[in-house]
Amino acid sequence: MTHSLTFPDVSVGDELPPLDVPLTSAVIVGGALASRDYTPVHHDSAAARAQGMQDVFMNILTTNGYLGRYVTDWAGPKARITALSVKLGAPNVVGDTMKMTGSVVSADADSGEIEVEVVGRNAWGNHAEGKVRVTLPKGA
Amino acid sequence: MPLSQAQKRELEAKMQEFVGLPISEPKPGRDAVNEPMIRQWCDAMADENPIYWDAAAAKEAGYDGVVAPPTMLQAWTMQGFEMAEGYDVPKNNEHRLHKLLTDHGYTSVVATNTDQGYTRYLAPGDVVTANTVIESISEEKATALGIGYFINTRTTFTDQDGDEVGWLTFRVLKFVPQQQPQAADDGGAGAAAAPGIIRPPMGHDNGWWWELVQDGVLAIQRCNGCGALHHPPRPMCNQCRSMDMGHVEASGRGTVHSFTVIRHPQFPGYDMPILAALIDLEEGTRIVSNVVDCRPEDVHIGMKVTCRIDEVEDGFKLPVFVPAG
Ligand SMILES: [Zn+2]
Repeated sequence: MTHSLTFPDVSVGDELPPLDVPLTSAVIVGGALASRDYTPVHHDSAAARAQGMQDVFMNILTTNGYLGRYVTDWAGPKARITALSVKLGAPNVVGDTMKMTGSVVSADADSGEIEVEVVGRNAWGNHAEGKVRVTLPKGA
Repeated sequence: MPLSQAQKRELEAKMQEFVGLPISEPKPGRDAVNEPMIRQWCDAMADENPIYWDAAAAKEAGYDGVVAPPTMLQAWTMQGFEMAEGYDVPKNNEHRLHKLLTDHGYTSVVATNTDQGYTRYLAPGDVVTANTVIESISEEKATALGIGYFINTRTTFTDQDGDEVGWLTFRVLKFVPQQQPQAADDGGAGAAAAPGIIRPPMGHDNGWWWELVQDGVLAIQRCNGCGALHHPPRPMCNQCRSMDMGHVEASGRGTVHSFTVIRHPQFPGYDMPILAALIDLEEGTRIVSNVVDCRPEDVHIGMKVTCRIDEVEDGFKLPVFVPAG
């Protein structure tokens, strides 16, 4: 089974490996439909252009999904996400790339919970600035 | 037309009637938590966490079997296909509140924040119900997008036993756009072009200076009447009122007179943070520029710097300053 981090493996200041997410139509439209979000701006480029955007853009559930995935890619299957807090910014429009970076900003030994600050940045600025709380196994 | 103060008070009173209301009757999600929807989600997010795919891996991680990604919480109660119809005809209290604002000129909406908590991971068979309440509405705020109101909603998610499985708060700004949205004129053919830096306006008075920069020269305007140096270039000397202007080539050596580190807002097309500095050139004028190849914590007043002309974008050069070697 995939390796999981345990609490003692992690220190405040640790950085997560960066991840580039290519914003293809498949990612944007697929994410919207997988979250049952049929709001037209997420699948219909004419509707997106009518709102001043160049093309369809990512819905919030997909953003949340990528934030969660980014953290568990690093922390492994035994990490348990307990909370997510996201400040939304520049839309993720088809054709761009979201560059994700993250670092551990707090760690509580009693609960085994850590907080990871994650930024998803595209050509227009920060798409999302998030904090993901994760509980890790206590380890040996 | 902006609203009068009286109209605004009337609008705000109507808005406050929505505070505390559920957006609609709580309704269970159409489908119970199920593996096909989990896999479809994981495909779209390229999420290979085995606890979403493989019962054995999930058991090893302490679950009874495959679980749903926690960030999928809201997906279980989304309305789905009917959302494509839009909300010209409001279907619930949230739509009615938004329409009230739209009808008063607050036509645009943008989501600004979401917070959520997951009490437990959901598993196939769980039936999720969303209970959403309009929690609060801010005073009118001036924002970078335009004036508007922040609307906060709170959703509590419960399972088939009525137990809470998670919660979600959501904040949107309903605002009067400062610029009317424009449809792109490229017919949608292109992807979003990456934004570039903002180019300087080049006019009669300063165009020659920028042209010299493109040739790799940092120039300083000099009055042919009295010899005074000026930057930025101007049409008339402030010492002798001569309009006969020439220039000298600067050595590029200077000293940081003052500086600021710009971290927010994060301008598209710029590498943040930006070190913006006022540089004393050794010839005796000052220039606003950027200090580069230098960490923000290392720049200081009095620091010696040297000009370098960088091609910051294809075909466009900008003078910047680097710490003097
Ligand atoms: Zn003069």
